[in-house]
Amino acid sequence: MSREQIIHSVLIVAVSAVITALLRGLPFVIFSANKTPKFVLFLGKYLPFAVIGMLVVYCLKDASFTAMPFALPELIAIAAVALIHLWKRNTLLSVAGGTVFYMLLVQFVFK
Amino acid sequence: MKKKTVRAAFIKSLPVCAGYVVLGIGFGVPLAKVGYGLLWAFAMSLTMYAGSMQYVAVNLLAGGASLITTAITTLLVQARHLFYGISMIDKYKDAGWKKLYLAFSLTDETYSLLCDGKYPEYADKHLYCFLVSLFNQCYWIFGCVIGNIIGTNVPFNSKGIEFAMTALFVTVFVEQWKSAKQHLPAIIGVASTAVCLVIFGKENFLIPSMAVVTVLLFAVRKKLESSEPPAQTEVDENE
Repeated sequence: MSREQIIHSVLIVAVSAVITALLRGLPFVIFSANKTPKFVLFLGKYLPFAVIGMLVVYCLKDASFTAMPFALPELIAIAAVALIHLWKRNTLLSVAGGTVFYMLLVQFVFK
Repeated sequence: MKKKTVRAAFIKSLPVCAGYVVLGIGFGVPLAKVGYGLLWAFAMSLTMYAGSMQYVAVNLLAGGASLITTAITTLLVQARHLFYGISMIDKYKDAGWKKLYLAFSLTDETYSLLCDGKYPEYADKHLYCFLVSLFNQCYWIFGCVIGNIIGTNVPFNSKGIEFAMTALFVTVFVEQWKSAKQHLPAIIGVASTAVCLVIFGKENFLIPSMAVVTVLLFAVRKKLESSEPPAQTEVDENE
């Protein structure tokens, strides 16, 4: 890498790091603890439920729903994770089991 | 008490350990392939500490993207983090100096572990959250660096390994579903995001989804608040 390229790369990482940190810190700066508006407290209470649902869908953004395999590996594995979790309520087991199951599905079943 | 808090935080962080080491390797390998070595993997996971954004940054670095492009891309990919901060304002309000790191380290995965505000009753709440956040970042740095070192040399079909994160979010979703009296917020989250994904496509759906989720939550605010008793001290009796 040339010197210019290294400097530019450092700047890319720095810009991305600073903006990420700002987005994470901004709400805490804007709404200081003792005078947080009621509507923000309301959002704070109910957003977690909505956001986790949002993240699950976000993880499916690259799945192919309209062509083979019609997101079947993802949907089957998600159902498996949910069932394992309802059965044992052990997060580590659900995550590890579900991931291995999904890998088997995409490597051997839906090739 | 401190020892028990450390232990509880460690146990809580274990599922993310598995996911982060795996995902970190998934970042370290392509980073090495575009010519950025160990020091870059370490510096990026230390300062950016962002799963999806670091994946995107590999492309930005490889293509020598402009700083404006970098800034806009980061804003679009990371805007969802505003929600995490908003959810944690009340929970972290008395965290003191720890708040700085708690805010910085609020990744998707850390948020998913801590957003319910539960903690073992014997633990110091903020120390507990701080340690879970810190352990998570350690796993992430470890994974990114290891991936950068060995990922290219180990013959192993890792296809599908990225599902670890989906699986983690699904378990959190199930936990929340079981514990919540109101399922409307969870349904709003899934449905609005799915509809926005179809309408706006996978590159642009996150910000519209955030807007729709916010509007819909306010639309059902009366319904949610009328059926919920005043908040009590949240203590997790399972741990």
